[in-house]
Amino acid sequence: MSTHPIQKAAPFDPISAPDFLPQGQLRELQLQRLQTMVAQAFHHVDLFRRRMSDRGMEPGDVQSLDDLARLPFCDKADLRDSYPFGLFATPMSEIVRLHASTGTTGKPIVVAYTQQDVDVWTNVMCRSFAACGLHRGDIIQNAYGYGLFTGGLGAHYGGEALGATVIPISGGNTQRQIMVLKDFNVTAICCTPSYFLHIIDQAAELGVNLKDLPLRAGVFGAEPWTESMRQRIEQDSGIKAYDIYGLSEIIGPGVAMECPCQAGPHIFEDFFYPEVINSATGKPCPEGEEGELVLTTLSKHAMPMIRYRTRDISALTSEPCGCGRTLRRIKRISRRSDDMIIIRGVNVYPSQIESALLKVEGALPHYQIILTREKGLDEMEVQVEVTQDVFSDTVGGLEQLQARLTKSIETTTGLRPRVRLIEPHSIPRSEGKAKRVIDQRKM
Amino acid sequence: MKIKQLSLFLENKPGALSAPVKLLARAKINLLNLSIAEARQYGILRLIVRDWEAAKKLLEDHGLLVKVTDVLAIEVADRPGALADVLGVLEQAGINLEYMYAFTLQRDSKGLLLFRFDDPDKAIAVLQKNNINVVGNVELFQRLES
Repeated sequence: MSTHPIQKAAPFDPISAPDFLPQGQLRELQLQRLQTMVAQAFHHVDLFRRRMSDRGMEPGDVQSLDDLARLPFCDKADLRDSYPFGLFATPMSEIVRLHASTGTTGKPIVVAYTQQDVDVWTNVMCRSFAACGLHRGDIIQNAYGYGLFTGGLGAHYGGEALGATVIPISGGNTQRQIMVLKDFNVTAICCTPSYFLHIIDQAAELGVNLKDLPLRAGVFGAEPWTESMRQRIEQDSGIKAYDIYGLSEIIGPGVAMECPCQAGPHIFEDFFYPEVINSATGKPCPEGEEGELVLTTLSKHAMPMIRYRTRDISALTSEPCGCGRTLRRIKRISRRSDDMIIIRGVNVYPSQIESALLKVEGALPHYQIILTREKGLDEMEVQVEVTQDVFSDTVGGLEQLQARLTKSIETTTGLRPRVRLIEPHSIPRSEGKAKRVIDQRKM
Repeated sequence: MKIKQLSLFLENKPGALSAPVKLLARAKINLLNLSIAEARQYGILRLIVRDWEAAKKLLEDHGLLVKVTDVLAIEVADRPGALADVLGVLEQAGINLEYMYAFTLQRDSKGLLLFRFDDPDKAIAVLQKNNINVVGNVELFQRLES
């Protein structure tokens, strides 16, 4: 990653001070917190004690940050197996909040917060907003879902702590979202990037030009997305699109957030320790190399996580950033190791299909991948909604478009898909995370 | 001179054609001419209506994808070889014809054909130079509705 010129500074919020901690001091703080947290996890959570004992380790063995790599991993399966409360490190009387993931398969996973944990979460969300230049006086439309999902409340508390005005509109009802954006002079919006694309489309249909509104920033996360999608969003809406990263297992949104340099989210390292490993071997990747992001909570009381495998594919960089933050950055999550689909033995990520589509002029952000198996052979059909920009009134023109899309996907993935052009709005719009793949293969 | 044509993208599935046609019927918008170009999975419905702006808005409000294209209404005598003459003129001038379709109406032994060119302005110039009648909006609607 290249270094970026220093951006015009937003008013500095003192809450952001830890973002600029000298590295030596930061590492010292991390080690101190790690030692306390590992001891707590060891003494109060069966799973961690068992796993560490199996390796003949005890909390005192963590003498340096490098020792972290010797500790065992944990993952989503551990959360499922211990459903609902098995990984809690504090009695319920200390716990002030529970959230849960909407489990698509089987049981959801449950996460817990003490008051201190909620305060940390509020702090990192507040710093997230401050990092992208928001401040008191901003009006934040929070279109992340409120409820068991961590997105809504996380952003809500952070926005209020910043002193901004928060509109807790939650997800859905796109027409109302647009009305509020317009009528309430909203300056920033939080939602998934795919939902914002939907808002852009709908606004155009309602004759609302987002570029005419005071809206200037989007805090987008909760699903993998791509740089081309960011460009599309910025071009079509005239706002700056910032990448926020987080996951419920670690705290919710606010694990990492981009600064105005937009060069990948900075991890709030005073609370979360990042590693990148090779998914297959579990060995650490050299800096800058892509692998699975592994996170350790450094201060979580209710539910500490030691070396949690996120399944998110990213890379870590400690190259200085133009904003001056000393926090390391991760590369935008454009894919997850469990998003991967295997088609005729070839590994394909939906994000690859997306960037292939967006490479074709007049690009098409609304797509769906349908997998079928015909006579024992996998078939990939990519359904793409035709837009005003690319619609030609001649069959030849549309056939050319189809051919260009097919070629682009083939070049990117090595697989020749069937590209089907479909009418606008035929793909159901998600108000949360977009569903990109429909696997109809019967194994 | 140029006539506005609406082109609609329709997926090849039952009811695809009737949706826009019903919408226009309910709004009492008369279809002056139409043609369908079909591919395997989709089709393009091309329409000529008097108030194309209202029709476009109506269709788009109902989620249909509509494109506006300029086409030319050209008068061609109802005799063998008349169309060949017109095409000959265009060919000589190097003008690319994308597609064409006909109006059913006839007057003074002359038929009307709709042409879609790459470059309609150049086509108009060439046709007029060769004394081929390009019928404009106003006259077209008068003829169709008289």
